[in-house]
Amino acid sequence: MDAQHAIGIAGRAFCAALITVTFGWSAGGRAAEAPVIAAASDLQFALPEIVEMFAADTGSTVKVSFGSSGNFARQIRQGAPYELFLSADEGFVLDLFREGFMRDDGVLYALGRIVIFAPLGSPLHADSSLDDLRTGLTDGRLAKFAIANPAHAPYGQRAEEVLRRRGLWDAIMPKLVIGENVSQAAQFAASSNTQGGIIAYSLALSPRVSARGTFALIPEDWHAPLRQRMALIKGAGSLATRFYSFVRRDAARVVFRKYGFVLPHEVDLTEAGAAR
Amino acid sequence: MDWTALGLSLQLGVVNVLCLVPVGIGVGRVLAYRRFRGKGLAEAAVALPLVLPPTVLGYYLLVAFGAASPIGHFWQLVFDQPLVFTFEALLIASIIFNLPFAIQPMQRAFEAIPPEVREAAACCGMSPWRALLSVELPLAWPGIVTAMVLSFAHTLGEFGIVLMVGGSIPGETRTIAIAIYDRVQAFDEAAAGQMSALLLALSLSVIALTFAFSRRVGRQLG
Repeated sequence: MDAQHAIGIAGRAFCAALITVTFGWSAGGRAAEAPVIAAASDLQFALPEIVEMFAADTGSTVKVSFGSSGNFARQIRQGAPYELFLSADEGFVLDLFREGFMRDDGVLYALGRIVIFAPLGSPLHADSSLDDLRTGLTDGRLAKFAIANPAHAPYGQRAEEVLRRRGLWDAIMPKLVIGENVSQAAQFAASSNTQGGIIAYSLALSPRVSARGTFALIPEDWHAPLRQRMALIKGAGSLATRFYSFVRRDAARVVFRKYGFVLPHEVDLTEAGAAR
Repeated sequence: MDWTALGLSLQLGVVNVLCLVPVGIGVGRVLAYRRFRGKGLAEAAVALPLVLPPTVLGYYLLVAFGAASPIGHFWQLVFDQPLVFTFEALLIASIIFNLPFAIQPMQRAFEAIPPEVREAAACCGMSPWRALLSVELPLAWPGIVTAMVLSFAHTLGEFGIVLMVGGSIPGETRTIAIAIYDRVQAFDEAAAGQMSALLLALSLSVIALTFAFSRRVGRQLG
């Protein structure tokens, strides 16, 4: 009887706690209706600064989810509740537009660059010609090398393109560690778990990454340009629309430039477009 | 520390447990007392999430809930919003992958009730409902609590399915397990470390409490 009594009290207390927590969180936790933005993970450091400026300017905020552009494109097709998509490669945005998921074909907001990165203490020397990567592959210095997944991450596709162009792809394949997106690839390399990697310039420029290694820009004509396009998804609300305009304002462009992005008006777009 | 993610995980765990208690009692009781054709298959189906890779379940749920599927289409018609990548989708996924954690301890608890006790209840003229409420549930209570605690803790830790059917939407589907993954990718080791330590402490105390509880109850009832 004693035990049953104790269990009964414990059970009632547990149920009461459950109910309190449930309704407490339902009322508070999910009530805020900030629009959700899908952003390519090369914006991992630049975009939060822009969101902060937007919040200071308008008093409203947006929620950002970072990932690979290809993965976001799939999620948007499956009905994910994003309102704005900042892709690292315009192909994904243009395809979604043609399939009727986007409000319009959007705008180019930046051009991305890639770098070869070597963490501190790595036997690999980061040089833009990738010559030391070639030597490291033959003399056995290189055990693991990180890139983003070429199947759905634009930065992974460009990394593969460059490695193929330099004739390194077949030799490096067994040593590749594939990140789900470019930020994860950068994390693999910057944490010294790989001897190097090909990552986004915008990530390498962040103090959190640059303090952990050295990097060199890979020549931009060695790969198709990373034309980063953004567009509003059909049904996007007014706050997402305001943020979309904000990203094109001068204040935001300063942030993009700080993180090594080339801004669309700074290059000959027709030529860049023709190269694709 | 991502408090929104922690709150979301706790909320998911709690709502999930509230949904699973009636399911667990119903199914656990049927599996404990009834004999029927295909019972072995039913028990296997309940246990399946224990061995199935979370990504396999995630894949099928994504296919089943997607906008192109009948369920996804129906949901869109009724609620005017897609089902995948929402809290509701996470909840349905959590209920499915927690079925063994909820049903099996309850089934064992109902099986442990001596048949004479249930027969006595029936002889006293108690309706099946009355017998359930005043005889079976008080006796099976420790198993039910174990089931609730285990499925709550398991929900906090689930990663693969949540990543696949939830995406990582702040305040909607970014649970604490996903937030840790996210923070590591963002080079925010401090936050990832804090959240991991919190989950470790939480999981350890939940398991320790369950063990201590079942030992005490075992001693007192036995």
